[in-house]
Amino acid sequence: MDLRLPLAGPTDAERAAIDAVVGVAEPGDGRVVHRDRHRRHLLLPALRAAQRRVGWVSEGALGYASRRLDVPPADAYGVASFYALLALEERPAEVLHVCTDLACALKGAEVPPGAHASPCLGLCERAPAALRTIAGEEPREVPIPESGPPLPQAPVDVRLLRRIAAGVDPTSLEAYGGFRALARARELGPDEVRRIVGESGLLGRGGAAFPTGRKWDAVAGQPAQPHYLVCNADESEPGTFKDRVVMEGDPFALVEAIAIAAYATGCTKAYIYVRAEYPLAHERLLNAIAKAPLDVDVELRIGAGAYVCGEETALFQSIEGYRGEPRNKPPFPVEVGLFGKPTVVNNVETLANVPHILLGDARETRLFCVSGNVARPGLYELELGTPLRTLLDLAGAEPPKAVLLGGAAGSFLRPDQLDIPLSFDAGVTLGSGVVMVFGQQADLTSAVLRIAEFFRDESCGQCVPCRVGTVRQEEALRRLASGKTLGDEHATLADLAQVMRDASICGLGQTAASAVQSAMTNLEVLAP
Amino acid sequence: MTVVSISAPKRVVELTVDGTPVRVTEGSTILDACKRAGIETPTLCYGDTLTPVNVCRVCVVELEGARTLVPSCSRKVEDGMVVHTDSERVRTSRRLVLELLASSVDLSLAEDAQRYAAEYEARPERFGADAATVAQDVKIDNDLYVRDYSKCILCYRCVEACGVDHQNTFAIHVAGRGFGAHISTELDVPLPESACVYCGNCIAVCPTGALMFKSEYDLRQAGLWDESQQTEVRTVCPYCGVGCNLELHVQDGEIVKVTSPDDHDVTRGNLCVKGRFGFQHVQNR
Repeated sequence: MDLRLPLAGPTDAERAAIDAVVGVAEPGDGRVVHRDRHRRHLLLPALRAAQRRVGWVSEGALGYASRRLDVPPADAYGVASFYALLALEERPAEVLHVCTDLACALKGAEVPPGAHASPCLGLCERAPAALRTIAGEEPREVPIPESGPPLPQAPVDVRLLRRIAAGVDPTSLEAYGGFRALARARELGPDEVRRIVGESGLLGRGGAAFPTGRKWDAVAGQPAQPHYLVCNADESEPGTFKDRVVMEGDPFALVEAIAIAAYATGCTKAYIYVRAEYPLAHERLLNAIAKAPLDVDVELRIGAGAYVCGEETALFQSIEGYRGEPRNKPPFPVEVGLFGKPTVVNNVETLANVPHILLGDARETRLFCVSGNVARPGLYELELGTPLRTLLDLAGAEPPKAVLLGGAAGSFLRPDQLDIPLSFDAGVTLGSGVVMVFGQQADLTSAVLRIAEFFRDESCGQCVPCRVGTVRQEEALRRLASGKTLGDEHATLADLAQVMRDASICGLGQTAASAVQSAMTNLEVLAP
Repeated sequence: MTVVSISAPKRVVELTVDGTPVRVTEGSTILDACKRAGIETPTLCYGDTLTPVNVCRVCVVELEGARTLVPSCSRKVEDGMVVHTDSERVRTSRRLVLELLASSVDLSLAEDAQRYAAEYEARPERFGADAATVAQDVKIDNDLYVRDYSKCILCYRCVEACGVDHQNTFAIHVAGRGFGAHISTELDVPLPESACVYCGNCIAVCPTGALMFKSEYDLRQAGLWDESQQTEVRTVCPYCGVGCNLELHVQDGEIVKVTSPDDHDVTRGNLCVKGRFGFQHVQNR
């Protein structure tokens, strides 16, 4: 490959920021150093570093990152332009991102002049919320409001949330009290750990509810080496904030769980991929990783604003330094995952269950992110099977007009459907644990349009059904809302739902019509 | 020296396509099996000489036991697979994919897409006159070829041809996201400022006429392009010793376009700037 690097040079500040990620360039004749090609995975961290230093990704910064990592400039531009939080045009060092998504819209979110509208920031319990990004020598990201209400449940009622509810210092290894479950795992050996986790029946908490034990067994048995562990902490499903609360409030528990999972599946390297909008989680995890006594190398990776990167193969692409475009499956990650190697991908909440299971507490609980028109929004932990109505009563929900379960990729329930049990086999998807209450004053048409807009914005653009289908879905819904319809819009929407569900590459497109369709059929919003 | 293949003979896999048993070698795709069974499958992003990227989704088929439809161009065959290529589900998805493309992209020069759209009775007009499109000005920034991204279905073929599949120049990539995704040089700079080496191998793989010889574009603009009056002359490129085959497209005694046969085992449809564009001296009179 003969790279042509016509882009302008970086400023000293940009060069220093990128060098801090990729290392200082060795003296040379200015030619591209091809031995750096295997370091392409540092591209996103390098671009992020440049933007955090000067507020945007300039031509000079893009060119310098390309040269240092031996990535063609057009390719690097494709990556930089993929992420919503990377700016390719100069802008002020301080930027306000105001959430206009479902939960914040219910609380009257408004975007002031000069601010950017944002999809869900995962701060739904303190809605309306925003995030201020501040570039400079000491870059920061500050959530607004800076803190939310305390956990609504008392420590005695909860399992995963016990330390958080009890106010245990999340920065102190001593306060955490030792890695007992990891020690237990080492006594048991990897095979026995997998057997216990498998027999516990633990199902994935990221949305797809895949049996964790089966995934672990599949990776453990792969001859290809090395094996990787990826903790998926890119939670971006509108209305979801559970993983943030766990990472901020109990980071040592997650790190311990990662060490156990890596031990059980023969992984020598683990990545935690956290969305960029969670600065406190980044800080707490870095602290926990530094202090924890670990055999496995754990690395924090940070996204840059892309819902689709929560899809496991898009997440691999993102870590590897490519556009976050999902891969076709099969092959599945357990065979061909991160860097082409067998990979365990587990959600934060899934992993958080593991130490409890090894220490003998096999109660099956789930975290629920309650937001919207309720008196006590926040994260709740309930045993599986608890009626939805019990949760709504705990949270002090207003008499709802509708409840959204599972987020934008989930479905709407009517007021007469609220006695269903919160379980994996209730007939409705719990998804990522979103329970969003729409009170009598809520504008459901706006909510449906916002969901359609969300998918249109977040489609990666790779496959036709999702790239164009999400646009056509939003257009048809807007025509229905305005009363200026073209023929049978409902037949059109049903066709779009079918092609997106049946022919999209990944789960984003496959679920892009779920909540919209449920609103039409179940709530009769924009219905025939 | 005699080259002896030491790989094991390939196992044969048997599957059922539209009720007919089909036997193909292991590693084949469902598309290969469909071809073997004589079933025509629409494809747009698939190219004989390119790695399948399975993004257009027009080749999807129904695989029993699979939750969603699967892309036949890249799904490998397995023993006992039961595949349906003409079910209502398959026809609906193919029709919708074609409606989505035809309503957002200018397919006037995309012969395959037009043929499929007719066959699947696509009605792109159902999305209305205000449906968002990728319409934009033609990019004319050099003397050799033009880029009309109003005609781009984002099949990734040009990116692959410019990248590891053929040319290894990496002058273009997909940039942006969602409906705004597009083929681009770095920062959208004009081609002369990019890494482009004008091999034209992207033009060779473009299925929609979005990438076009400047000579063809000019004739079309003047209303003079007429394929019925063109002849194709097969010859060998005179510039170096590789021996690339050229197909000279000649209209009114002038070379108007140069292609190379896809099935040629040396070039696989590819040329360099000299073979592709260096024909002016022939017509210097």
